[in-house]
Amino acid sequence: MGLEITTTRLEDAAKWAKQSKLERASNWGRKWSLFTYPFVTACCGMEFMAVAASKYDIARFGAEFPRFSPRQSDLLMVVGTITEKQGPALKRVFDQMAEPKWVIAFGVCASTGGFYQNYHTMPGADQVIPVDVYIPGCPPRPEQVLDALMMLQDRIQSGRGHSQLRLKREQLIASASREEG
Amino acid sequence: MSQKVLDALTATHGAAIERTESTHGDEVAWVKADSLVAVATWLKNDPAMLFDAPVFVTCIDRLDWQPVGLPPSERWTEDKPRFEVAYQLRSTKHRHRIRLKIAVHENDPRVPSLAGLWPGFNWQERETFDMYGIRFDGHPDLRRIYLYEEFVGYPLRKDYPKDKRQPLVRRDDLPINPIKRDQTDRSAK
Repeated sequence: MGLEITTTRLEDAAKWAKQSKLERASNWGRKWSLFTYPFVTACCGMEFMAVAASKYDIARFGAEFPRFSPRQSDLLMVVGTITEKQGPALKRVFDQMAEPKWVIAFGVCASTGGFYQNYHTMPGADQVIPVDVYIPGCPPRPEQVLDALMMLQDRIQSGRGHSQLRLKREQLIASASREEG
Repeated sequence: MSQKVLDALTATHGAAIERTESTHGDEVAWVKADSLVAVATWLKNDPAMLFDAPVFVTCIDRLDWQPVGLPPSERWTEDKPRFEVAYQLRSTKHRHRIRLKIAVHENDPRVPSLAGLWPGFNWQERETFDMYGIRFDGHPDLRRIYLYEEFVGYPLRKDYPKDKRQPLVRRDDLPINPIKRDQTDRSAK
C-alpha cells in the first residue's frame, strides 16, 4: 500500500516537469502569497509569534497575514498539541479551507504527539489531516520554521503538495474516464 | 496545625469518624460515607469551625499500591477499599483546614455529594466522576466534564491502559506512518 503511494508520488513528480507555463506561474504566485491559519493550541504559539514578529519576520516569505478564518487561508499551521477531543474541530477547519491548501505540523506534538503517550493526545495531526511539512522541536526555533516554509514553497512550486497531487490525480482519473466513455 | 479541629470533630461526631491522622502538616479525618453530609454541615455552620472555602475534591486509586519500604499492613490488598475520596476544606475566618477522606469500595463506588453545601465542589465532583468513575449521590448534574460522551472507561484509574486512545475521528484517505499505525492499532484494542 505504502509502495503504491510512493510510486504515484514519483510519477506525479515526473509529470510536474511537463507543467504548463500557466501552472508554473500560478504555483509561483501561490508560494509567495501564503495566507496562514494558525491553529494554535499550546506553547508553540509563542514561537509562532516570534516567527511572525519583526525579528524573524515571516512576511519576507509572503506569509505575513494570519487569517483567522479558514475560508480565507490556504496554509494551515497546526501549532501545538492536538487532543482526541479536538480532532473533529481540526478536521472541520481543514475541510473548510479552499483548494489548493497546505498543512504544516509545527513542533513535535503536532507531528507525532511528542512526549505525550496517554488517553487524550492524538499521535500527530496527520491522524486526521494530510500534513505537508513537519517541524521537529519543542518548540522549534524560528529558523526551523522559516526552513520549513521554504521547503513548502519548493513543494508548492513543483506541485507536490498533498492537495495539489490529489487534484491532479482526480483530473487524470476524470480524463481517463472521459477517454473510455 | 489544626489539631483542635480534629479534637472537636471526634468529640462531637465520634461515631462518624473512623480514625484521624496528621501528615505533612495536614489533619485528615476518615469519615464514614453515610454520615459525611452531617459532618460537613456541622463543619460549615458551627461558629468555631466555619469552613467556608472548598479547596478541592479528588480521588486516590490504591490499586496495587505497594511502595518500597511500606509495612505490609499498610499495603493494598484485594479486600481493602480501592479508592479514597478526599475533600479538602479551609476556613478563611479561623485560618484552619481539614481533609475529609472516605474509603470507597470498587464494586459500589458511591459517595454522598457535598455540592449542595459548597457549590464550588460541583465541577470538581464532576471531574472526579469523569476521571475515576466515583458516583456522587445527590449531585445536581453528574456528567463528564472534560472528556467526550463517547469515551468508555475512566482514564485515571490505575487499570486503564496508559496509552489507550479512543479517537473520535481518523483520516482514511492515505496510509499513515507504519509506526504510528501500529500505535493506533494498539490503542484500538
